[in-house]
Amino acid sequence: MIRFISAIIRRDLLLVARQPAEMINPLVFFVLVVALFPLGVSPEASLLSQTAAGVIWVAAMLATLLSLELLFKLDHDDGSLEQLLLAPYPSWTLVLAKVFVHWLVSGLPLILISPLIAMMLFLPSEAVPTLMLSLLLGTPTLSLLGAIGAALVTGVRGGGMLLTLLILPLYVPVIIFGASSVAAAAQGMPVDGYMALLAAMFVFALMITPWAAGSALKL
Amino acid sequence: MSSLPPVNSPLLSISDLACERDSRVLYQSLNITIEAGDLWHVKGRNGAGKTTFLRQLAGLHPVDEGEISLLNNNARVIYIGHKLGLKEQLTADENLTWLAGLNGSSTQQQRYIALERVGLRGYEESVVAQLSAGQKRRVALARLHLCKADIWLLDEPFTSIDQQGIADEQAWLNKHTLAGGAVLMTSHQDITLAQVKVLDLSHWALQCSTNEHGDIV
Repeated sequence: MIRFISAIIRRDLLLVARQPAEMINPLVFFVLVVALFPLGVSPEASLLSQTAAGVIWVAAMLATLLSLELLFKLDHDDGSLEQLLLAPYPSWTLVLAKVFVHWLVSGLPLILISPLIAMMLFLPSEAVPTLMLSLLLGTPTLSLLGAIGAALVTGVRGGGMLLTLLILPLYVPVIIFGASSVAAAAQGMPVDGYMALLAAMFVFALMITPWAAGSALKL
Repeated sequence: MSSLPPVNSPLLSISDLACERDSRVLYQSLNITIEAGDLWHVKGRNGAGKTTFLRQLAGLHPVDEGEISLLNNNARVIYIGHKLGLKEQLTADENLTWLAGLNGSSTQQQRYIALERVGLRGYEESVVAQLSAGQKRRVALARLHLCKADIWLLDEPFTSIDQQGIADEQAWLNKHTLAGGAVLMTSHQDITLAQVKVLDLSHWALQCSTNEHGDIV
């Protein structure tokens, strides 16, 4: 089973390496949204530092959503999803492998660049570790939850809009607690509770979504 | 191929299988037993349900009515459909690596030999997107030489393959069935092998059916 999972991960990483644009896309989107925000609202430091947490989290969520539609669609279109489903392993292993690569490509770069973005938006420097930790706990949850929607709309023409509608309600709690944790840290308040909730949501998503998305793929 | 079951031992039993699509019954009460050494040529006009039948056997299409049971639990199945399951951005060798990785593992030497058998020597490191339609199908078929499976489910394996290639393919089918494997395949071409058994899906279709208004159509 480990070999099956690593075979998928290796293949998908190789595909990303062949088409680096796919990897850079969500990251560019994330940076652009955050960079344009001060131009549209106000470049005033006090206002930006207040809104920074929310802006970063919303941009991160949209960047994740952007690449989700293709999570299973490309595999479905060229027939490799059939072959993956025919392998003698439960389908949740396949979902787990695909989601891990999705997070590695769309989530991890966001976390790594987030200190820079935080500086751009005048987020107090003591909130940066919290921002990174909340993204570390939150972005995998976003990828996992999104997998259910992506699996359900696989094979549906123009499923992108449907996917957004399906998934957005599930994303709301992650965004609320993610953004609140950073805002609390910026005001010097404890963030343990937020982190515990984000971690709980991650564990819950990790338990439920691979199984749910795997079942949806078989439909 | 020593692991293959003895010839004539039953591998797969299909009982009362039916398929309905868009409230049209494609076939019903289909009963056959697939034995080791069988080569079934699934025939039928376009839309007769050949692809759906193979997908039902592979477990990719739900079986609403009837039963398909694998009689030998160790029997392994390979399904190669219309969609070949190849990644265009990867090379032939890389594609075989992950496809073979689904059932086990393979060495580069094994993959190169498999590609040589399908006539793709020298194309191992070519990106699949740059291969012709026939060559792509050959890459997919190379799996048959790489992964030892008992039952081959092949949907139109002769499509876009040249004449020499079709002759070669028939030789593999012959070898596989003589060694105790089973093949179910669809094709609009005739198979020239002696052991071929024909499964014409139109025999299992209703001679006439009625629509919701009770008219005979």
